[in-house]
Amino acid sequence: MQVKLALPKGQLQDDTAELLKEAGFTVSDYCDGSRSYRPQCSGDFGLFLKVFHEKDIAIQVAIGNYDLGICRLDWVEELLAKYHSEAVVKVRDLGYGRRNLYAVAARSSGYSSPEAWKNHNNSLRIVSEYPNLAEVFALKQRLRRFQIFPVWGSAGVYPPENAELAIIAETSSKKLKEQGLVPVAPILESSAYLVANRDSLERKNLSRLLASLSTGEAVRSYVKEPPAIDASFEAQHAARRGSSVSLALPDGHQQRHAVAFLDKTGLKIEGYNAGKASSRPQIDLEGVTVKVIRPQDMPLQVANGNFDLAITGTDWLRDHLYRFPSSPVDEVLVLGFGKVKIVAVVSKDLQVSSTDDLKKMKGDSVLRVASEYVNIADKYAHDNHLAPYKLIPTWGASEAFLPEDADVLIENTETGSTIARHNLKIIDTLFESSACLIGNTEAIRWPEKKDRIAYLLETMKRGVEAGCVC
Amino acid sequence: MKVPRCKGTRDLLPQDMAKFRRIEAQFRDCCLGWGYQEIRTPVLEYLHLFTSAGTLSPDMLGRVYSFLDWDGWSGERVVLRPDGTIPAARLYVENFENIPIARFCYVENMFAFEGTGKDARERWQCGAELIGGSKAEGDVELISLALEAITKLGIEPVELRLAHAGLIKTFLEGLGLSGEKEADVLDQVFSGNPGVLSDLKGGNPELGKNLQLLFGLKGNSPGFVENLRGVFCPSLPALEPSLNELARIANLLTGSGFSYQIDFASGRGFEYYTGIIFGFYSSGRRLGGGGRYDELIPLVGGKNICASGFALYIDELMGLLKEVPPRERVLLRARDAAWLKPSLALARKLRDAGYIAEFDLGYRKTADFRWIVNMRGGEGIELLDQSSGKKRRKSSPAELLKLLEEARCK
Repeated sequence: MQVKLALPKGQLQDDTAELLKEAGFTVSDYCDGSRSYRPQCSGDFGLFLKVFHEKDIAIQVAIGNYDLGICRLDWVEELLAKYHSEAVVKVRDLGYGRRNLYAVAARSSGYSSPEAWKNHNNSLRIVSEYPNLAEVFALKQRLRRFQIFPVWGSAGVYPPENAELAIIAETSSKKLKEQGLVPVAPILESSAYLVANRDSLERKNLSRLLASLSTGEAVRSYVKEPPAIDASFEAQHAARRGSSVSLALPDGHQQRHAVAFLDKTGLKIEGYNAGKASSRPQIDLEGVTVKVIRPQDMPLQVANGNFDLAITGTDWLRDHLYRFPSSPVDEVLVLGFGKVKIVAVVSKDLQVSSTDDLKKMKGDSVLRVASEYVNIADKYAHDNHLAPYKLIPTWGASEAFLPEDADVLIENTETGSTIARHNLKIIDTLFESSACLIGNTEAIRWPEKKDRIAYLLETMKRGVEAGCVC
Repeated sequence: MKVPRCKGTRDLLPQDMAKFRRIEAQFRDCCLGWGYQEIRTPVLEYLHLFTSAGTLSPDMLGRVYSFLDWDGWSGERVVLRPDGTIPAARLYVENFENIPIARFCYVENMFAFEGTGKDARERWQCGAELIGGSKAEGDVELISLALEAITKLGIEPVELRLAHAGLIKTFLEGLGLSGEKEADVLDQVFSGNPGVLSDLKGGNPELGKNLQLLFGLKGNSPGFVENLRGVFCPSLPALEPSLNELARIANLLTGSGFSYQIDFASGRGFEYYTGIIFGFYSSGRRLGGGGRYDELIPLVGGKNICASGFALYIDELMGLLKEVPPRERVLLRARDAAWLKPSLALARKLRDAGYIAEFDLGYRKTADFRWIVNMRGGEGIELLDQSSGKKRRKSSPAELLKLLEEARCK
């Protein structure tokens, strides 16, 4: 009987590869830089391996697509915080990839003590990649009113201006201090875990893997850190809605294009160069502040007034507007760079060449639609009458889901080569996306901001018209 | 393709709905008779209505159905109401705050996630809230109303069990636990798990023992309350106000001829309870409960006014409701078009007289009906009594009704 093991990509990859090697498995194509999501295990172990983003692994094991998985405990707890399931069994702490989950505040803010949050007059804003754990934290602290902002990343850059607290994972409180943050409450100690699907444990023989991954003493040099509440950092909290204009710039693969575009517009932004990782670059304009965050998070952050302007993609703007149709976010300028197509993708082995074919093929069965763009995928399936269907949110490495763990994928592509390399094919193009400047439709009209916003807009418009689209 | 019911939900079939409507009608009738006015709050409320009250436990809040609405980009979540009292308090503050005494009743569904699939995620309740007025007399009024509504449904005997939230809270405060631990213990006690008290390691072991003793004692008279005073007040004088309140209610109940049991282990309820907690039991089932919540109205933004309320659990009441003989059914057959109009007129007369008059559209087992009426041109109205097999012929609807009434009286 085949045993299915889900392996993490990213930070845990090297240590996990080492662990498998020590356990006697020779695994190829599972190292930094490998482009395959299906590592091969030599020898007659009947092992099927697939590589996922860590956050997906807990989910894949919980729903029973994989018998075993390796991911950090924080992602398992994030899943269980919302979905009280007994389907995931935490088998063993593997000892590596250690980090703590903290509630943090900015050093410059007045939120480093529980009294400060509880006496907070407005709604307390908490930003996190772990929205479920953030909600549990808020409820346990008995916060009277709070808002949780789920983000794809860079949660630590939001406080103090754009959130009072963030829930983030970090290896030490020293590293938090380097980011200008102070831990205000420990939430969870995390490290890589071997997790199993309960049903698989009960019915399948997983002993070969369990025995070899459970031998030896797990490294337990974990340093328990005290809450480290440091009252000396307390200071006056910055005005929540000041008159300064806040601009969000993208990190990730859009950054290179954005840097080139901004250079040519003549806007001087120090610390936002390709390869340099400042999350708070300085712009040479009075009354304008800049932060670098994930483009996925920008529409929501602009909608709730945390930023006035942001450079993101039309794909993420649409994904947001499909979910919140009356959201006060609009595209204010088409920038045109970073063009991609948003496409529907299936396995090459499937005898379909269009969405209509897919609909005919599926009949009454439940179609599994995977995507990072959950709302675009939902609309695609809904508009094409593909019901019944199930949405599978993904956090990267989405191509890995086809064909075993999803039937169709809604994904972006520049040239189509990645899709082809993973033995997939495009059956539909939903729309074309490129970079755009989005704005909060209310903030743009505020008298104290509108002149500076108009200046930024004009400068970028001239840049676009002068043809500096990269 | 068959789509199953959502996990944790139930369909109410015709026989269930008949019981449901009887309970609802009886409850409304009783409440209106006591001067309570019916309200209905929306199923959707803001999450922060429940968090701002600070009075639902984290465990309960962790199981509410909450989601971002279509305009929820600000992170403001809405919930399917998990509780009836807090929305009723909001409704009072929004609309009736200048009224010194408000009596509300409602029949509403509450939602809470339940993971095992064994229990319901949607529960219907008959609730009554009394805002303002005299405290102890108000509690006795609510208890009387609840008992009247239950017994009028034919469910007897009903046991009344009493506890006191203020007394339990004062004890816990005296133990010197951390704030979080104290709240957690209170949650567990109010969730029906007083066993948690046996493992407490607080700063005051003597008080811990007393608390266990309190949960082990039961009484049914005002004298019992005085005994509690004698045992516990010397070591914890702060219990006096709660014991005074409990004694006053026990005196009123005894004086009014109610029997009751004071049993702190029965003290289930919500964190917003501040005073008396009462529960109604029959045949081993908890049929409902309530309590005093004097701090809730100010917590949801209203003035400082005392309040108390209860809810009866419709699912539990349905399980104990005796079957009521259904209305008599008459099957009507109009053999030709000319007889359709007189048949419709006859059917209306039958319904007005309290019968169920159903037209024969085929596919219906005639065995389900005692009476079958055949209407044919030239033959008048033929009545077949299936219990005896007798056929009778009548020329007018009035004669037919007379015949039916005579049979019913026999």
